[in-house]
Amino acid sequence: MTATRTWWKTGLGLIFTALMLFPVYWIVNVSFTRTSDLRKSPPSLLPLNPTLEGYTAALNQQLPHLTTSLILGVATVVLTLVIAAPAGYAMSLLVLPGRNALGFVLLVAQMIPAVVMAMGFYAIYLRLDLLNTLPGLILANSTVAVPFAVLLFRAFMSGIPRELIQAARLDGAGVWQTFTKIVLPISRNSILTVSLFAFLWAWSDFIFASTLNRSGDLIPITLGIYQYIGNNTTQWNAIMATAVIASVPAAILLVIAQRYVAAGVTAGAVKD
Amino acid sequence: MMTVTHTAESRPDVGEKADAAVPGNRRQRSLGPRTAAALFAAPLLVYLLVFYAFPLYRNIELSLHDYTLRAFVQGKAEFVGFDNYLAVFSSSTFITAFTNTAVFTAVSLVFQYALGLALAVFFRSSFRLSSVLRGLFLIPWLLPLIVSASAWSWMLNSDNGIVNAALVGLGLEPLNWLTSPGLALTSVIIANIWLGIPFNLVILYSGLQNIPKDYYEAAALDGASSWKQFWSITFPLLRPVTAITLLLGLVYTLKVVDIIWIMTSGGPGDTSTTFATWSYREAFGTGTPDFSPAATVGNLLILIALAFGLLYLRVQKNQEES
Repeated sequence: MTATRTWWKTGLGLIFTALMLFPVYWIVNVSFTRTSDLRKSPPSLLPLNPTLEGYTAALNQQLPHLTTSLILGVATVVLTLVIAAPAGYAMSLLVLPGRNALGFVLLVAQMIPAVVMAMGFYAIYLRLDLLNTLPGLILANSTVAVPFAVLLFRAFMSGIPRELIQAARLDGAGVWQTFTKIVLPISRNSILTVSLFAFLWAWSDFIFASTLNRSGDLIPITLGIYQYIGNNTTQWNAIMATAVIASVPAAILLVIAQRYVAAGVTAGAVKD
Repeated sequence: MMTVTHTAESRPDVGEKADAAVPGNRRQRSLGPRTAAALFAAPLLVYLLVFYAFPLYRNIELSLHDYTLRAFVQGKAEFVGFDNYLAVFSSSTFITAFTNTAVFTAVSLVFQYALGLALAVFFRSSFRLSSVLRGLFLIPWLLPLIVSASAWSWMLNSDNGIVNAALVGLGLEPLNWLTSPGLALTSVIIANIWLGIPFNLVILYSGLQNIPKDYYEAAALDGASSWKQFWSITFPLLRPVTAITLLLGLVYTLKVVDIIWIMTSGGPGDTSTTFATWSYREAFGTGTPDFSPAATVGNLLILIALAFGLLYLRVQKNQEES
């Protein structure tokens, strides 16, 4: 392929990407706009007169919510891994009766709408006094990640060469030691992919937060933004500044872990 | 958000063979293989019972009783059989929500798929920066939905939105994207298409990688144009991936609440209400929660999602067998 031909494609690619990412650019642009310029018509395309007032307001009001979201994300990851990794091991490398049926149940579980789960959880939490608590929200968020995680672990672990498992057993390793010393270290990439998705889903969750945690003190950042939109429609620069801050984990993960993201998405639909 | 294919079935059974090879004395020293497996899977089984089966059971119970908030707290509600279902079917919202769900899902899928495929084909030939740009296309999918939804809300704002500013700049009339009954559904569909492109792009791109390059070389030697190559090689060979992508997309799109709720709350009136947002609104969207109709709509939604979900599993299984 000639150089001119590929340059032409690069140009077109840049245009497509710019179009696709325009809303993202717009978030950043508005976040730097002065409050007095927000109602300007037409809006300026570049933050020519940038200000940090949006960010100051966002950080002043939203910092506790960011901490809540961070705890929520990390706890969801831990809970998901603790439940999913052993189960994936049992379904792939051990003799678990009924594991195909279990795999089917997990696939179906992923198709249940979150709004339905939220109602069921609401009914249960009301009795258990778990409404508006962080543990309640962590449990609810883990239901999004657990079925995905178990199936991902099962798919990966069933590809581990069985000679390795046999060798470990012959060396006297029990089922537990085989799991912790052999299977888990080999599954490092799957653990990363699972952690990444569990964190992002919990961090981005709106439905569970807005139903199970409506009047709690510890509200996550997504609900913080939502309440902002409701109460404070004049300060869109602060809303967008919060949105930028709330997108930081996604940006970091995209940069450092893009291949795990792609791995997680395609694990869904395409066979090797 | 996504599903993982069955790969365990297609591979040799590692567990049983490994166990067969273990000498008997070792097996006696530790637990029996089935017990060990059951112990490892126990947390998941308990988890599924408590956090999946029980909420779903509660949901069915809600839909068969007449739960007001008071009855909800006290736990005493009258059993009404299928009255809630009859009420939902005869509700004036039902036809609107049904039509909106169908339009929202179908239009979103068609455009997400078409644009995702066009981009996948475009990115297939590697050029300078191609993998970087392809990575950037993932951004909308990774952003929290509340972020994307509020960005679209502000861009489509009637008075201060950039979209209306652009329309005025082109000499056209500004539109009430989110507040006019005729446009609200279109607006949330546009935002949802934008959100779905990355998912389609990634899956279709990896599907394209599995089509052997020789086919294209042979076709090029025969003088087939790129357009013809697409329709006679790419599209037919991509059919299995297409089926999976569309069915998964369908199951996900049926569930969408956040984007619609944040942008329009299903309004004005019911004009952008889908089954999922209807259910959300009844239970949590108003000051007085009405859980019984909400659970009823939710259960209908589960039935629809399951029907397509089972179709998806069937398609996937057929593909693995072939």
